Amino acid sequence: MSKEALILMVVVQLTVIVLTTYFFLKVLRSPAKSEPDSYSENDDIP
Amino acid sequence: MSKTNEGWGSRVGLILAMAGNAVGLGNFLRFPVKAVQNGGGTFIIPYLVSFLLMGIPLLWVEWSMGRFGGRYGDHSTPFILDNMTKKRFWKYFGVFGIFTNVGVISYYTYIESWTLSYTIKSLKGDFLGVPLNQVGEMFDHYVNISGGINLPTWGLLAFIVTLGINIYILSRGLSNGIEKVAKVAMPLLIIFGVFLAIMSISLGATGKCADCNSHIGLNFLWKPDAKSLFNPTVWLEAAGQIFFTLSVGMGTIHCYSSYLRKRDDIALNAMTAGWMNGFVEIVLGASVVVPIAVGYLGLDWVVENAGFMMAFKTMPFLFDQWGPALAVMAGVAWFGLLFIAGITSSLAMGTPWMGFMQDEFKWSRNKSAWTLGLLVLLMALPTILFFEYGVFDEYDYWTGTVSLVVFALAEIILFAWVFGIDKGWEEITSGADMKVPFVFKFVIKYITPAFILVIFLASLITPEGGDWSSIFNGNYKLSSQSIIGKILHVGETNKSWFVNGQPSKLFFIDMSRVLLISLFAGICFLVHQAQKQRSKLK
Repeated sequence: MSKEALILMVVVQLTVIVLTTYFFLKVLRSPAKSEPDSYSENDDIP
Repeated sequence: MSKTNEGWGSRVGLILAMAGNAVGLGNFLRFPVKAVQNGGGTFIIPYLVSFLLMGIPLLWVEWSMGRFGGRYGDHSTPFILDNMTKKRFWKYFGVFGIFTNVGVISYYTYIESWTLSYTIKSLKGDFLGVPLNQVGEMFDHYVNISGGINLPTWGLLAFIVTLGINIYILSRGLSNGIEKVAKVAMPLLIIFGVFLAIMSISLGATGKCADCNSHIGLNFLWKPDAKSLFNPTVWLEAAGQIFFTLSVGMGTIHCYSSYLRKRDDIALNAMTAGWMNGFVEIVLGASVVVPIAVGYLGLDWVVENAGFMMAFKTMPFLFDQWGPALAVMAGVAWFGLLFIAGITSSLAMGTPWMGFMQDEFKWSRNKSAWTLGLLVLLMALPTILFFEYGVFDEYDYWTGTVSLVVFALAEIILFAWVFGIDKGWEEITSGADMKVPFVFKFVIKYITPAFILVIFLASLITPEGGDWSSIFNGNYKLSSQSIIGKILHVGETNKSWFVNGQPSKLFFIDMSRVLLISLFAGICFLVHQAQKQRSKLK
C-alpha cells in the first residue's frame, strides 16, 4: 500500500471507530430519565 | 391516532434496532463498489461531507419528527407529517413513508432469501472445490436465469420462508420481536465482519496472478485521487450512498422513534446509531469484498466486474481458496452477515405499515403483520417471476432510489420552513444527552434542503456518462438512468409492448410501474379513509 493510502485509511477508520465508541459509551453512561420514560425494561412494574 | 401497547424495552435495544435498520446489504456491497467506481480514497471525502451536511441533519430531523408525531399517537409518516402543519396535503407526502417500505421490502426480502439459502449451502459445503464459472452458474440456476419467465422452485420456497420469518418477528412487536433480534444479531454481525476483515487484510499476496494482493485492493480503495473531488458525479454518488446507507427518506426512523417520549433523548441516540452504521460501512464494508477479490483475481478483474452480484457469484469461490474448514466458516460468516444486515432492515421496513394499520384501523398486531406479508408476497412475485425482464431493477429504482430523495426533500422543507426551524430545533434538543452544535440549526434550514434539492434536480437530468460539462458545450444527452430518461425510456430502441406477439421487456417495465403507482394510490386511499374516520370522531 502506498503511504498516502495507508494514512487516509488509518485516519478515517480510526476516527470512525473512536466516534462510534465515544457515542456508544456516552449512551451507556448517561443517567436514566425519571419514570415514566420510553423504555419498559427499567420499569418497577412491568 | 391511537394509544398503543408497543414500546421499546431498553435504550441500547432501540439504538441497535435503529443501527440494524441502517446497516443493510449496501454497507458491504454498494459502498465498496461505489468507492471503486468513483476515485477510490477520494470518494470518502464527499461521502463524509455528505454525512455531515445531509446525513446527520436528516437523522435528527427524522428522529424528532417521529417523536413529535408519537406524542399525538401517530406512528407512521402520513399523520406524523399531518400533525406538523395545518395544510392537509402534506400527509399525502407522508404516503411515501409507507409506499417506499412496501416497495423495497418486496424485492429486498428476495435478496435476503438468497443470503439465507447461501448460508445453508456454505454450511453444507456446496461450494467446496467448485470453479469460479460454475459458482456463477449455480447462482443463475438458483434464480432460474433462463432467458424467459423465472420459476425458481428453491428460490421461491426460500423467499416464502424468509418472508414468514420477517412477518413472525413483526407480529411479536417491537420489544419482543425486533429489539430481541437486534440485540443478538447486531453483535453477531460485527463479529462476522471483524473476522472477514482480519482475514482480508492479512491475506496479502496470494501468487495467483501478478497483482493478486489484497493490499493492492486496499490501496485502490484508499488512494486519494484529487481529480475526483472536482467531479460532480462523484459528489452525487457519495450523497446518494448516504441516503441508502442511513435509511433516511424512508419513514422507518420516524416509526421507530415515534414510541419515544418527549423527555427522552433523540440527539445522542441518532448520532450513536448513525456512527455505528458508519463503522460497519467504512471499517468493515470497505475491508471485505474488494481486497479479497483483488487478492485472488487481480485489480483489473475487480474494476471490470465490481458489482452487487459478486457477493453470490464470486465470494464462495474466493473463500474456497482458504481450504475447506475456513471456506465453510467464511461462507457462513459472509452470508450470515448479509442475512442479518438484510433482516434487521426489512423488519424496520415492515413497521410503518404495522403502525399505520394499528393506529388508523385498530387492527391487531397479528392482523397487520400478516396482511403486510400478503401484500409483500403479491408485490414480490413479479420481481421473482420476471426477474430477467427488469421488474426487480424497476422496483429498486423507483422505490429504493427516487422515492427516498423526494420524501427527504419534502420532509426537510416541512420541518425547517413550514413547521419552523425554531420549533424544530426545540424538538431536536429536547431531552438531549449531548450538546447539539448550534451551527446545525443553520445547516438544517439552508444547507440540507439545498443539498437534497441539487441531488434531486441532478437526478432528473443526469447527462449521459455523467458528463456534466456537456451541458455547457452543447453535447448534452439525457442519460437513460436519469429520472426523465427512465420515464421516457431513453435508450430503448424498440418501444412497443409486443414483439412478434410476445410481450417485450418494455411491457413488463411499464406494468411494474402501473403496479407501483397502484400501490401508491391504494395507500393514498387508505390515508383518505383514515382522515374521514378522524373527522367523524371529531
